[in-house]
Amino acid sequence: MEKNSLEVTNLVKRFGDITAVNGISFSVPVGAVFAFLGPNGAGKTTTIKMLTTLLRPTSGSIRLNGYDPQTQQDKVRSSFGIVFQDPSLDDELTAYENMEFHGVLYAVPKEMRHQRIEELLRFTELWDRRNDLVKGFSGGMKRRLEIARGLLHHPAVLFLDEPTVGLDPQTRNHIWSYIKKLSATEHITVFFTTHYMEEADKVADLVAVVDCGTIVARGTPNQIKEQAHAASLEDAFIALTGRAIRDEEGSGTDAMRIRHRVIHR
Amino acid sequence: MQTLRAIYILWLRQLKRYLRSRARIIGSLGQPLLFLVALGFGFGPIYQKAGGGNYLVFLGPGIIAMGILFTAIFSGIEIIWDKQFGFLKETLVAPISRLTIMTGRTLGGATVALLQGVIVFIMALLIGFRPSAWMLTPWSLAVMLAIAVIFASFGTAIASVLDDLQGFQLIMNFVVMPTFFLSGALFPLTGLPKAIEIVSRLDPLSYGVDALRWTFEGVSYFGIGVDALVLVLLTVVLLGIGSYLFSRTEI
Repeated sequence: MEKNSLEVTNLVKRFGDITAVNGISFSVPVGAVFAFLGPNGAGKTTTIKMLTTLLRPTSGSIRLNGYDPQTQQDKVRSSFGIVFQDPSLDDELTAYENMEFHGVLYAVPKEMRHQRIEELLRFTELWDRRNDLVKGFSGGMKRRLEIARGLLHHPAVLFLDEPTVGLDPQTRNHIWSYIKKLSATEHITVFFTTHYMEEADKVADLVAVVDCGTIVARGTPNQIKEQAHAASLEDAFIALTGRAIRDEEGSGTDAMRIRHRVIHR
Repeated sequence: MQTLRAIYILWLRQLKRYLRSRARIIGSLGQPLLFLVALGFGFGPIYQKAGGGNYLVFLGPGIIAMGILFTAIFSGIEIIWDKQFGFLKETLVAPISRLTIMTGRTLGGATVALLQGVIVFIMALLIGFRPSAWMLTPWSLAVMLAIAVIFASFGTAIASVLDDLQGFQLIMNFVVMPTFFLSGALFPLTGLPKAIEIVSRLDPLSYGVDALRWTFEGVSYFGIGVDALVLVLLTVVLLGIGSYLFSRTEI
């Protein structure tokens, strides 16, 4: 049994001349809820992509559930579940079919798959809507379905990249209470990013603040507040990362996604 | 075994998406129908006078090939949609290889294109298209499948290189349309100016259309042996290229 679900040492990612992630090191103990905070463009999503085998690091080492994403890709992939920053459901399939698709790709045996899908859809209060097409779902319902899907194959680590962005306070509360319940009942390590500091303060056991590709502070939420002599995590965050607004370079795909979002909302 | 299950569920997804979008099915049948009616009946008398025989019989296989071509390429290009709407990431982080994803998708897209081809065939029959070599006609399914796999892989290859749909129009006008118009789908390849003839010989779809004609009428321009060889080779090569380009996709 591993002591840490995640161990990251000197992780670096360069895109041409730009260094997106510059020597990050941290570890997350099994069962912890870990918040990975930072301004836009700090390197959060790039780090998550490297942890989840979507990008190859330029240098440095990663251990996820004891496995190396570069050499043991499939073992790593079976070990984590992920809720991406952007929706990643198939709108033309029903909630149940989205779950079924995931379960088959992750080789969850049939009996267990059906049982687990029912359990998770009930848990996220989507069981009554299981045969409806996802395109009719609200933002909050889609998020809940994505969380349920990410948990289907019993992952050791659940990644949540800004899981509550664009949701109303009721839904946000709901989602965090699911996540807390989960980490308690399923002993899952949760790794999340958010821009809502009060959420991180309430939910996280451990926090790391990244800026310009490096970690500028690490510890429990209270330790971070003490370190920055701030009353709230938000003040601490601003004290640590400065007041300047960050630019984020987007790819063509991002631009298209944003356009799509504007059109559809 | 797990690989086969993964391929099956990816295939099933493509099929469900197709069967659920009735607008897409009907929409994509409009064009072949228009071509069959307008060109088939419009050029019919001239073709007859020139001694070519029944133009609809000549045109039928060409329009069936067109239906397959467009549907197959479009199904490959759908990967760009999946990139855009994020669903591709869900498959890329799953514990299956890129080759498996590509195979499942391509088979799904090819099946959809094959269905489209069969529907166009039935439509052509209703309009008055009559194959003369009924004994060979079952082989048309194999030819349709080959055309479908070739162009679904080709679509995947394109989608792997493009980041968004900005280049789609370019691909449509400079690759897909010429592939169709220069394939001999609309006119016989005999007696063409040298330049056009060379281009037609380089066009992969020419061999698909020619083989399809053989399965309906028993005669072919290149010879069915050449057609079959070219189609099999192209299937293998394009599956390879598509898989290679898709395996390099990073998000």
